[in-house]
Amino acid sequence: MRFHFKTTYDQDIRLFPDWWNFSLYAVLLLVLLVMPWLIDSFFLGEVTNVLIWAVAGLGLMLLTGQTGQVSLGHSAFMALGCYTTVNLMETGMPFLVAFLLAGAITGIIGGIIAIPALKLHGVYLSIATLALAILADDFIVILDHWTGGVNGYFAPDIWIFGVEVNRWVNPGAWYYLALGTALFVTLLYRNLLRSPLGRAFAAVRDSEISAQAMGVDVARTKTIAFGLSCAFAGLGGALMGLFAGAFNNETFNFLISIQLLMMIIIGGLGFIHGAFLGAIVIAFLPQLLSMSTDFMGSSSIPGLETGVFGMILIAFILFEPMGLYGRWLKVRTWLELFPFARRDMFKRQKSYLKTERLR
Amino acid sequence: MEFFQLLLSGLANGCVYGLVALGFVLIYKATEAVNFAQGDFMMLGAFVMVGLVNPQFWGLNFWVAVPIALIIMGTFGYLLDLLVLRFMFGQSQIAVIMLTIALGFVIRFFAGVIWGHEPLSLHSPLAFGDFRLGDVVISLADVSVIVVTVLMTLGLWQFFQRTKLGLAMQAASQNQMAAYYMGIPVKRVQGAVWALAGVVACVAGILYASKGTLDISSGFIGIKAFAAAVIGGFGSLPGALMGGIIVGVIEPFASRYLPAGYSQIAPYALLIIVLVFRPHGLFAQVRVKKV
Repeated sequence: MRFHFKTTYDQDIRLFPDWWNFSLYAVLLLVLLVMPWLIDSFFLGEVTNVLIWAVAGLGLMLLTGQTGQVSLGHSAFMALGCYTTVNLMETGMPFLVAFLLAGAITGIIGGIIAIPALKLHGVYLSIATLALAILADDFIVILDHWTGGVNGYFAPDIWIFGVEVNRWVNPGAWYYLALGTALFVTLLYRNLLRSPLGRAFAAVRDSEISAQAMGVDVARTKTIAFGLSCAFAGLGGALMGLFAGAFNNETFNFLISIQLLMMIIIGGLGFIHGAFLGAIVIAFLPQLLSMSTDFMGSSSIPGLETGVFGMILIAFILFEPMGLYGRWLKVRTWLELFPFARRDMFKRQKSYLKTERLR
Repeated sequence: MEFFQLLLSGLANGCVYGLVALGFVLIYKATEAVNFAQGDFMMLGAFVMVGLVNPQFWGLNFWVAVPIALIIMGTFGYLLDLLVLRFMFGQSQIAVIMLTIALGFVIRFFAGVIWGHEPLSLHSPLAFGDFRLGDVVISLADVSVIVVTVLMTLGLWQFFQRTKLGLAMQAASQNQMAAYYMGIPVKRVQGAVWALAGVVACVAGILYASKGTLDISSGFIGIKAFAAAVIGGFGSLPGALMGGIIVGVIEPFASRYLPAGYSQIAPYALLIIVLVFRPHGLFAQVRVKKV
């Protein structure tokens, strides 16, 4: 176990607590950078997929993990980001500008939508956002002038500084695009958490009443959280649609947002690592299942994927509510304290629920 | 006449939504959790009934099968609470929401494995036979749906207001610890309400299957039932029925009079409007939260 002997106040807010931690992430970044030379193009595509899911997942994580608001409607904002990017690109805007601008536009619209949604608590917010996700599907069909309706869009060619980014011609470039976006979002997220705004998010999550008492403007904090979360989800959605090559109203089905929520729970709510771990699970689970059904010699079972996914999620909620990353933290603590770790160290406190009605 | 025809079909559909919404409200009233799998409960109840009645499965008589199906679904609800949800006792609402969404996925998967993915229709005596009143064709299924739903809502409402168990359920949701002090076995009461929700879902499923075909994605009408429950104010049983009827009646009129593509938006648009202007439904029970 390492002890941090603090000599300056800066140490509390450093990006990395010590050199060991920094070098771990540096090695990880190096491995990610040389990834295209290590694995073949199929698996590179899968890793790209993981990164794209992780970007969208970070968006929802900011809202659900940090601010404590559950949204079941992020597929709507992913669709918005995707269609905005494509429409801006059709006006002749370069890809990178269109991409970032689409993120900003999605964020602003998300923030505007959040203002009435903020009056809602817990269950009501999740239901309202679920309705939003279902409405998005219908709106994409209605606004077919911009969205191509049911026929959908074929993703236009992407050029970044004279380099063509095409999934089939050079998967490496796509990988770097996804990696760059994921790094950008992660860094933004990490820095946000160290800022007063990030602290306000956590305060709102833990108790709205005490946050209010501490002088946090709850409504404003929630609006900003919703807007930022939508902006990240929009970036993720744009990448997802462009990476798929063709997309229509079905691509951003409301089931996507449920999947996104399940992903961050499995990964670990409230941790940046959780979004990435969850994305790995969600991207590789279908491959694993198809491999295992092939191995068993049976034909594919329809709906197996979502069924298994549901069971994994139930197991996590019941036995490891902190997700994969939470489990890793427990293992690490056990190793660090060995042999002095106590059995009930992480035991959940017994709690009783009170109604939110009739008070 | 067309108006009455649309109204009737809307009422019948709305009653099915209302019944599913009733399931949400029951569980919400007694455990303060929201069961996102209620639509899938309904689907499962309908499939259990199909499995008992249809000739290619067991081929029992309809009226014999009804109580068996109700008992099966009641037991299912109770066991679900005993084996899964009781571990979540005292946890936040959100955790239970996630859990029930996942349960919905699992139920859909197993229903698909057991009964297949093709649409089935229930061999129900309610499904055949209609009579005319002037120009309006009234089908037996629609009438029975409306009658059963109204009776069930009234019965459950009185159950919550009058009986000891109903009051115990309300107490258990309002403050679990205080309910324990008053000698209410909170966990067992919650088990009872999950069983009750299973039974209500089964009734809804039987009526739904009598009105048309059934497949494993039928459970998605649960989303419309959400709209119903929210419009009715989530804590109120007659409100749930009212909300269901509002959603059900709006649908056929919207698809008749609005341009194509806009009609399916109507229930959700209504839901969002209600949430924006009356955040706690038309029959609100919530006041500002205090420390």
